[in-house]
Amino acid sequence: MKKWYNTIKEIAGPLVVVEKVPEVAFEEIVEIRDAKGNIRRGRVLEAGKDTAIVQLFTNTEGLDTKTAEIAFLGETLRFGVAESMLGRVFTGAGEVKDGGPEIIAEKYVDINGAPINPGQRQFPSEFIQTGISTIDGLNALVRGQKLPIFSGAGLPHAELAAQIAEQSRVVEVKNGTDLVESDEPFAVIFAAMGVTFEEAQFFIDSFEKTGAMERAALFINTASDPIVERITLPRLALTLGEYLAFEKNMHVLVILTDMTNYADALREVSASRKEIPGRRGYPGYLYTDLATLYERAGLIKGSTGSLTQIPILTMPDDDKQHPIPDLTGYITEGQIMVNRELHNQGIYPPIQPIGSLSRIAVNKKYTREDLSAVKEQMASSYAKGMEIKELALILGESALSETDKAYIRFAEAFETRYITQGRRENRSILDTLDLSWELLSILPKKELKKIKPEFIEKYSK
Amino acid sequence: MNTGTIIKISGPLVIADSMKGSKMYDLVKVGKLELMGEIIELKDDTASIQVYEDTSGLRVGEPVYSTGEPLSIELGPGLLTAGLFDGILRPLNVIAEKTAANGLNPGYIEKGVTAPSLNRETKWEFKPLLKKGDKVIAGDILGTVQETELITHKILVPFGVEGEITEIKTGAFTVTETVATIGDNPVQLMHKWPVRTPRPYQAKQIPTTPLITQQRIIDTFFPVPKGGAAAVPGPFGAGKTVIQQQLAKWSDADIVVYVGCGERGNEITDVLVEFPHLKDPNSGRPLMERTILVANTSNMPIAAREASVYTGITLAEYYRDMGYNVAMMADSTSRWAEAMREMSGRLEEMPGEEGYPAYLGSRISAFYERAGIVTTLGSEGRTGSATIIAAVSPPGGDLSEPVSQATLKVTKAFWGLDASLAAKKHFPSIHWLNSYSLYKDNVEEYFINATDADWKELRDLAMQILQKENELDDIIKLVGMDALSSAEKILLDTARGLREDYLQQNAFDEVDAFASTRKMYLMLKAMLTFHQEALAFTQGNTQIEINDILELPIRESISQLKNIPESNIESIVTLIDSIAPIIKNLKENNQDSDFGINKVINGI
Repeated sequence: MKKWYNTIKEIAGPLVVVEKVPEVAFEEIVEIRDAKGNIRRGRVLEAGKDTAIVQLFTNTEGLDTKTAEIAFLGETLRFGVAESMLGRVFTGAGEVKDGGPEIIAEKYVDINGAPINPGQRQFPSEFIQTGISTIDGLNALVRGQKLPIFSGAGLPHAELAAQIAEQSRVVEVKNGTDLVESDEPFAVIFAAMGVTFEEAQFFIDSFEKTGAMERAALFINTASDPIVERITLPRLALTLGEYLAFEKNMHVLVILTDMTNYADALREVSASRKEIPGRRGYPGYLYTDLATLYERAGLIKGSTGSLTQIPILTMPDDDKQHPIPDLTGYITEGQIMVNRELHNQGIYPPIQPIGSLSRIAVNKKYTREDLSAVKEQMASSYAKGMEIKELALILGESALSETDKAYIRFAEAFETRYITQGRRENRSILDTLDLSWELLSILPKKELKKIKPEFIEKYSK
Repeated sequence: MNTGTIIKISGPLVIADSMKGSKMYDLVKVGKLELMGEIIELKDDTASIQVYEDTSGLRVGEPVYSTGEPLSIELGPGLLTAGLFDGILRPLNVIAEKTAANGLNPGYIEKGVTAPSLNRETKWEFKPLLKKGDKVIAGDILGTVQETELITHKILVPFGVEGEITEIKTGAFTVTETVATIGDNPVQLMHKWPVRTPRPYQAKQIPTTPLITQQRIIDTFFPVPKGGAAAVPGPFGAGKTVIQQQLAKWSDADIVVYVGCGERGNEITDVLVEFPHLKDPNSGRPLMERTILVANTSNMPIAAREASVYTGITLAEYYRDMGYNVAMMADSTSRWAEAMREMSGRLEEMPGEEGYPAYLGSRISAFYERAGIVTTLGSEGRTGSATIIAAVSPPGGDLSEPVSQATLKVTKAFWGLDASLAAKKHFPSIHWLNSYSLYKDNVEEYFINATDADWKELRDLAMQILQKENELDDIIKLVGMDALSSAEKILLDTARGLREDYLQQNAFDEVDAFASTRKMYLMLKAMLTFHQEALAFTQGNTQIEINDILELPIRESISQLKNIPESNIESIVTLIDSIAPIIKNLKENNQDSDFGINKVINGI
């Protein structure tokens, strides 16, 4: 039997202060009933002897301190998860949003999860082919990795994320020539925080168009939805992800967008709690908080599933040192940089290899033997080409040697042919490697210092 | 034992009343699940407690039990065999088994699951070194236990105990069984030590022996001695963790304590997967046998993260007291400082710079001061050392922030990682122009003895060349290469060679990943001999194309020296000896071919 208390003392932003409460638990779930009988849910942020601070999951508009009542439900937040959530759309509070039937939960799970025991992790090594050369060929994504996309306002990260979600497959190259696709079950979970309606619709449409929808679950909080929902939303998405990955043995890809909106929501709640702000007003625990999301990616011994994360964040003013990208970079295993200059040149996807990084190496046995050497050579030759290009601006073309000119031709071809690809162009890793060798043939052979002579002999064009 | 009641819960901070009589830093058990916590503030009857486990679900009114003891860890045989612990030394593999036994998913750390650090069932073969009637003082070795094939665990007379041995046993014992009695004091294989209290020693010594890291840039230019402290600050992606792992693999420490403090879970897994396959170069045994991992990843409770650094250094001091050289890697101390900041914020303390508590600096220096090479307790006065190598993760790579600044004040070696080097795939991305080691002079004698009299000369010349290169770079950007003299062009070529083939070291290459001091010396000598011979050659030979020298095959051989396996490095001596004749030969050939011109010039 729920007991209702009429002792709300203060309402500030998403926070409610309640007095004369029973012995409440930290993170306990509450319900608040307004005069019209509408119920809102929230959780205890601070449990005291007489007072409790409660954070609502929705907005506090229309609540008053006189008539609103609060009940403590005696349990922490648990989210009902089920395999049948694939193919469906949910709100940031985990409620059905697509008009379909309610979900019958197979299990109720604490949305905060528990830390994975580091001794029980398996080290990621299986190759995920995204079909995008600048990722597969230079900074490959691995099952169980967390690899964010660092973007900026007005850049096509949404298209890129949709393309990755549609094209991603686990493949293995057999005998150096055959591409074998894994037939293990997979799922995509899409968590959108504070995105525009159009962006949300764009994702739903592109999933439906490509038939990816039936393997996808979407959690959507648009820009006009309650801000505090953005804090719980990624946790709901990851809770479902963990369930599918580690109990249903699926390979789950979780796309989180936009982490900047998430952090801003966290800042808002922190400010209304009057906490001491850290850099740029974000709370001092932003690192730990982000880590509790990102670290939920991985592989666990005893399960054949995996949870891979692609968080997307827009860097305010393209500033990589802003706290959100900065702290994210310290936690995630690399980053893919989306670049404005390339975008302005009309290049899609505008992924800048310089500054992009994948910390986890693909196990050699899943791709072709020459991948890692070709990768190093392509990246460093492009960097060198760009350097020479810059020098040529100052000193003039005449100061360049023949080798220098070859580097410039290589850098240009790299941008127009290697980086550039169609929105629906799905390049296999073998295509990407072939293209790499074609482009490397622009350079004199003696410049290919990072590749073993036998590979040059075998694969060079 | 006191029992209090919870009156407030806010994240990892719990406040309880009726706690009078409890002491600061006493360990307490919080709530019905008996979560571990530590008292960090006392006010009259109430105590503020930082809890080492997730507090969600904990309820106001639940009990708090005081243990009356400070946060302590168990020290004894089995630390090296358990391999992996969390920040308060709970054995994570045992925790996984227990979690599974409770019907939960063993992949996760569920709260309330505990296990003693040291296995209570394992029997260890104790070999006494002393006999009944011997007089002992604290720190004397009673006997030994072969903990792993690499490490002999020495059982010491505990601190505060001395007198005559009234009984000493031999045979197999568990860690809690009595193996000896000194006066009336029974001694077991294990004992407890409070982590925040440094373990005592007789005297500190000035460190003069380098920790040989087998990393060229460190050993040559920025060495750290056994018992020293080094800081590795750098932005993300600069390779802090790879450097820490390289040192854990290749340094000549007897024991490595690796503390993953608030970092990635997969990095710990990487070590766990890789180390059992890596062999100790001296004994051929797996590196894991000398390694203790303390892992408190970024998503594990922050209070335990705060404690993990103290746990790590206490383990290091324990093995130091046995006479070993221990290296402790802490990755990353910034996360430790952030944990302090978070607790301080919740305690509503007056913040210092950037929200960090005002005591940040004193805590950081007190921690680094626990590094050192010491004369241990005990009548024989063994020498043992604890070296600290700590990563710092400054936000945005900006070193002006409080944690970096407080760290730089107390560490004497600074390996500054540079994002632009990392972007160019120059690894390790330690920048040679802004790093330093104040220990350089302390360890000079060691290196000269280990190599040759000209070690210092070579090292200083190499650094001069690198510095000069930096100056010339600016000129080139303005006016181009053509404006440079031959000597400057040679210098640039040597500098490039030093950067690409000496300072860079491929952590993932079987041969290049490590280099002995001898190999470093020979490589440096080869590069600089070529440099000097080339310089000498150009003087007075102005007509000669500089590329004739720089494209000599021997120049290419010099750039490949890093790939020569250790077993074959003496062949470099032959190469060094051939440099001068080859260049001289070029000179003669050149004169031959230019004979006509020379004749005209000389008016013959």
